[in-house]
Amino acid sequence: MGQNSCVSFERRTVLRDSLSVAIPVGSYGAAFGAAAVAGGFSVLQACALSLLLFSGASQFAVVGVMAGGGTPLSAIATGALLGIRNGLYGMRMAPILKLSGIRRFLGAQITIDESTGVALSQESRGEDAMRYGFFATGIGVFIFWNLFTFIGALGANSIGDPSSWGLDAAVPAAFLGLVWPRLVNNKTRIAALLSVLLALSLTPFLGAGLPIIATVLIALVIGWKS
Amino acid sequence: MNELWIATLGASAICYLLKILGYSLPESTLNNPRIQRVNTFIPIVLLGALVAVQTLTIDSEVVVDHRLIGVLVAAIALKMRVSFPIMMISAALSSALVYNFV
Repeated sequence: MGQNSCVSFERRTVLRDSLSVAIPVGSYGAAFGAAAVAGGFSVLQACALSLLLFSGASQFAVVGVMAGGGTPLSAIATGALLGIRNGLYGMRMAPILKLSGIRRFLGAQITIDESTGVALSQESRGEDAMRYGFFATGIGVFIFWNLFTFIGALGANSIGDPSSWGLDAAVPAAFLGLVWPRLVNNKTRIAALLSVLLALSLTPFLGAGLPIIATVLIALVIGWKS
Repeated sequence: MNELWIATLGASAICYLLKILGYSLPESTLNNPRIQRVNTFIPIVLLGALVAVQTLTIDSEVVVDHRLIGVLVAAIALKMRVSFPIMMISAALSSALVYNFV
């Protein structure tokens, strides 16, 4: 009895942590759905990206590059470069989750910033809490993100000029919100500033999407040397 | 199949492959600290570039317009640590005000 109530109390705590991440992050899916439709994607394509790609930064990048007139290849390349970190999260989570068969294929799809972040933050509570946090957050974000993508896409579909609703500024604001928490020291801030300057100075000379991919050079140089 | 579908399905397939690859490789594969460091910088430079391009360009031209106001308001909102939805709404609202009325 005592043991039981202790376990359920812990579950509630982990669940609360998970939902406090999943709900706000999921509701942000509305911004994605709206941005996708404003960028020329159909409601179905916006929903397909949230269901199948399911990684916010990559999704916004695919939409951003295509909306800017880029080729599918640059959109896919930019999305993939932003998706590399999910693979690294998988490497970190695999020994903790110990998934096999179909569970591994499903678990992989919800391996994103938020599920990994919440799981790692539960380390002091033990591996069961980490697993629970991973799935509660991953499934929670998946449900809310997809629901809100649909709502946002429908909403944007029914308004006229996206600029008069500020949607064209909401997209870069979304990217700013995604990069902001990563700017933790001078080196990261310098990297971000250099990427802004490089992307803008290459814009007149390279096809849409390519100036963005070119900034990976900055990551290579700074990451390699430091 | 149109270009948007190619981008949608192609990016989805590659991003899923990257996710499942993580569960298929041993953790030691990319333990090299250089690779780890490069990987922490990749999202920073790509997202930084996306902010710049989405705010300040149209096709192949650098343009300053209402979007910059929205993004500056977003930066102030982030600095003030407001929640994400509030940040997004303030950015959209301020940009829309300039677009419609200035």
